[in-house]
Amino acid sequence: MAAPLPLAIELIHIDKKFGAVHANKDINLSVAKGTIHGVIGENGAGKSTLMSILYGFYHADSGEIKVNGKTAHIRTSQDAIAAGIGMVHQHFMLVENFSVLENIILGVEGGALLKGGEDKARARLKQLADEYELDVDPDQLIEDLPVGLQQRVEILKALTRGAETLILDEPTGVLTPAEADHLFRILHILKDQGKTILLITHKLREIMAVTDNVSVMRRGEMVATRKTSETSPQELAELMVGRRVLLEVDKSPAKPGKEMLRVENLTVRDEWKVARVDNVSFNVRAGEIVGIAGVSGNGQSELLATLAGITKAVSGKIFIDGEPVDPVHEADPARMRERGVAHVPEDRQHMGLVLPFEESENSILGYHESNAYGSGAMLDPEAVRADAAIKVRKFDIRPDNVRLKTANFSGGNQQKIVLAREMERDPKVLLVGQPTRGVDIGAIEFIHKQLIAMRDAGKAILLVSVELDEIRSLSDRVLVMFAGRIVGEVSPETDEGEIGLLMAGIERREAAE
Amino acid sequence: MSSPFAKLPAWVDYGLMPAVNVAVGFLVAGLVVLFIGENPVNAVSILFDGAFGSLNNFGYTLFYATSFIFTGLGVAVAFHAGLFNIGGEGQAYIGGLGTALVCLALDKYMPWYVTMPLAIAAAGIFGAAWAFIPAWLQAKRGSHVVITTIMFNFIAASLMAYILVKVLKPLSAMGPSTRPFETGAYIPRLGQISEFFGLSAGSSPANLALIVALIAAWLVWLLIWRTKLGYEMRTFGLNPSAAAYAGIRSTKIIIVAMLISGGLSGMMSVNTIMGNVHKLDLDFVSGAGFVGIAVALMGRSHPVGVVLAALLFGVLYQGGAELSFQVPAISRDMILIIQALVILFAGALENMFRPIFGQLFARRETSAAGAA
Repeated sequence: MAAPLPLAIELIHIDKKFGAVHANKDINLSVAKGTIHGVIGENGAGKSTLMSILYGFYHADSGEIKVNGKTAHIRTSQDAIAAGIGMVHQHFMLVENFSVLENIILGVEGGALLKGGEDKARARLKQLADEYELDVDPDQLIEDLPVGLQQRVEILKALTRGAETLILDEPTGVLTPAEADHLFRILHILKDQGKTILLITHKLREIMAVTDNVSVMRRGEMVATRKTSETSPQELAELMVGRRVLLEVDKSPAKPGKEMLRVENLTVRDEWKVARVDNVSFNVRAGEIVGIAGVSGNGQSELLATLAGITKAVSGKIFIDGEPVDPVHEADPARMRERGVAHVPEDRQHMGLVLPFEESENSILGYHESNAYGSGAMLDPEAVRADAAIKVRKFDIRPDNVRLKTANFSGGNQQKIVLAREMERDPKVLLVGQPTRGVDIGAIEFIHKQLIAMRDAGKAILLVSVELDEIRSLSDRVLVMFAGRIVGEVSPETDEGEIGLLMAGIERREAAE
Repeated sequence: MSSPFAKLPAWVDYGLMPAVNVAVGFLVAGLVVLFIGENPVNAVSILFDGAFGSLNNFGYTLFYATSFIFTGLGVAVAFHAGLFNIGGEGQAYIGGLGTALVCLALDKYMPWYVTMPLAIAAAGIFGAAWAFIPAWLQAKRGSHVVITTIMFNFIAASLMAYILVKVLKPLSAMGPSTRPFETGAYIPRLGQISEFFGLSAGSSPANLALIVALIAAWLVWLLIWRTKLGYEMRTFGLNPSAAAYAGIRSTKIIIVAMLISGGLSGMMSVNTIMGNVHKLDLDFVSGAGFVGIAVALMGRSHPVGVVLAALLFGVLYQGGAELSFQVPAISRDMILIIQALVILFAGALENMFRPIFGQLFARRETSAAGAA
C-alpha cells in the first residue's frame, strides 16, 4: 500500500457529555476505505456512544463527521443511512414474526402496496447473496432462524439500504465460535468488495483475528490507534486498562474432594411445557470448578435458576452435600441458601441487585432474615452498613461508600458486590452465572482470582458462561449444554473447535464422519 | 448513559423541585382565575387566609390534612411494594362501617378513650379486609390490582348505600345515615384540649386523630426502613426478579402490603366519623381516598413527604372552600380545577423540570470538581 487509502469515515474532535459524565473527550478517528477497523475498549469507555453519534442516535456537543471526505450532518439514523452508513446492533432490531423479506423492506416499503417493494427487495437479496455469499431464504420467519442467520438478515438490511460502511456492535456475543468464524469470513468478503467495516468489541481475540487497524478507547478518550499486525493482545489490554494485566488465569491443578452437588435426571419445563433442561445429571465435588459451556439460551439459565431454587423442576433430584432436596416440590431460594448454596445470578442488574438500593442494602439481599442484621422483625441499618463495609474492603469495591446508590457503581464493582455477598457466606456450593459479563478487564482478573481462591478453599463451584475462553481457563471439567441436554463432558484443554461443535449440537461422532 | 437524568443533590430533589412544581401549578391555576375575570393575587390571598387566617380556619385545614395523611400513607405503603392501590376510597368507606359499628355498640356505655382505640382497630380491619380480595386476586390469579381496586370502590359505594338504607338507618330517620352517636364516641377536638390548658381556640373539627395519623406516619417509616418486612416490600417493589432470587415470596408481600394499605385508608374514617359528624353518612369519604394518591405521589411515598403533602391538600381544601364562598365567580368546580392543576404539576408532571435542574446542578458540580 504505497498511497494512503482514501478515508471513508472521519470523526474530528467529537465531544459528548451526559450531565457530569464526559462520555467522549475530543475523539479523532479515521477509517480508511475498504478496511476492517476495530474499536476496542472496556464497558463504559465510550465506544457505543461514539458509534451512536456516528449513526445519528446522539448528537455530539461539538466536532465534525466527514464521510468520504465531505462534512456530513448526521442528526438522525435516516441521515446516517443516506450517507451510506449501516449499523448491526448488538440486540437485533428485527420483527420476530415477520419474514426475512418483510424485515428487509421495513421502513422502505416503497408505496402503499407491498408487492412492488417486495419484488424489488427479492431481486436485490438474490444479487447480494451472489455477491457476498449471504444466503438467506427470504420467506422464512425470523423466529425460525438461528441467531447467526438473524444477524445475517441485519447485515442484509443495512446493505439493501445502500450501506458502504457497516458498524457492527459486539457482533459475536450471541454466536457460537463456528458462527463467529462464518461472520468473519463474510466481513472479509465485504471488505474485498470495497465496503468499510467498523467492528466494536471488547474481545481482543476478534480484533487480532479480523481487523486491519484498531483504535483503543479508555474512559471516553481515544488512547491509541495501531496497525493490527504491529500490535499484540498484551499491548491492547494494557492500553484498554491503563496498566499491566494478567490475561492468563494462574491456577494449580484441582484437588477434588467430597461430592457437594449432585443432580440426577433434572428436567425443567417453561410455561409452554417446552423442556428447557432435559434429563440432566452431573455432579460437582468440593475443590473443583465445573464449567458449563454453551451458546446462550440452551438451558443454562434455567439450570442455574432451578439449582438456586427459583424455578421449579418437573422431575429429578438434587443432593447438596449428600442431603436430598426435592426441586419439584421444595423449590425455595431461601431454603437453598440455608443448605449452603450461594448463587451469583447471570443477570446481576435484573436479578442479583436492586439498583436503586444503597450498596449496603444489596449486600444482604437474600440473607436479610439473618439476626446479624437486626433481631426479630427489625432491621438495623447500622449493622447492615458495618457488615457491608467489611465486604467492600475485602473485595476492593469502589467507591468504598456503602450508602451510595448501587446504580452508580460500575459494572465490575456491581458484580463484586454480588460476589462479596455470596462468597462471604462461606457456602458449600457456589453457582456462578456469567461472572464477568460487562465487567472490565481489571475486575475480570480480580473475579477470576477470587473464584480460584474459593475453589482452593474447598468449595464446589458450578460456572456458567457464554465466554468459552473463560470456561476453559477457569474450569477443571467442562460440560457442554445444547438444547437443554448435556451433550458432552470434555477437559478444559480440549480444542476450541471441538467444544464449538458440541455447542452447536453436533455430536463428536457425527463430526468425525 | 446509564440513567437518563443526572443525579441531583438531595435538597434539590426533595425540596426545591416539589416547591417549584407546586409554584408552577399555582401559577397556571392563577391563569385560569385570570381567565374567568377574577384577580388571581386576590384569590390566592383569600385561599391562604381561609386556610391559615384564624385558629378555627387552620383547624379545618388540619382536619382535612388528617384524613389525607391516612389515605396518603395507605397509598404510599402499597407503592413501596410496587402496587398501585387506587382503592383507598372504597377501603376508607368500608373502614367507616367498622368505625360506626364499634361506635354504635359502645357509645352509650364507654368513654371515648375506650371507644377510640377499638374503633381505630375496627376501621383498620374493615379497610384491610376490603383490600384483601383484590390483593388475593393479584397474588394468586394475577388480576391487576389497579383494575380490581377501582372496581371495589364502586362495589363499596353500592354496598354501603345498601347497608345504610336497609340496615343501619333508624326507622324514624329521613336520610341514609346511622343514628347520631352519643358522647362516648366523640374524639376530643384539639380546640377542647387547648381550652383545657386555658387557651382559646375555635370550634374546628381538628381532633386527636391527627396525633394518631402522625404516629401512623412514624410507624410506616419504621415499617419501611427499619424492618425486614419493609426491606422485602421495597425489594419486591423495585425489582420483583431480585425478590424472587432472594427467596422473598411475592404472595406474602402483595397481600401484607395491601392489608396494611387498606387498613391505613380505613382509619381515615375515624377522623371524619368520630371527630366531626358523629354518625356514619352516605359518601362520607368524599374523595379523600383519591386525594391520598396525589398525596403519596407528591410526598414521594415518604411519610414525612406524605404529611407535608397532606397539609398542602388540607390548605387547598379548606382555603378552596373559603375561596368559593367569598368569590361566587370561583365555583366549587373551579376549586377542583385548581386542585387538579396542582396535582398535575406536582404529581403527574413531577419530572418535567428535572432535566433543567439536572443540567443546572450537574454543570455546577463539574465546575466545582474542575476547580478543586
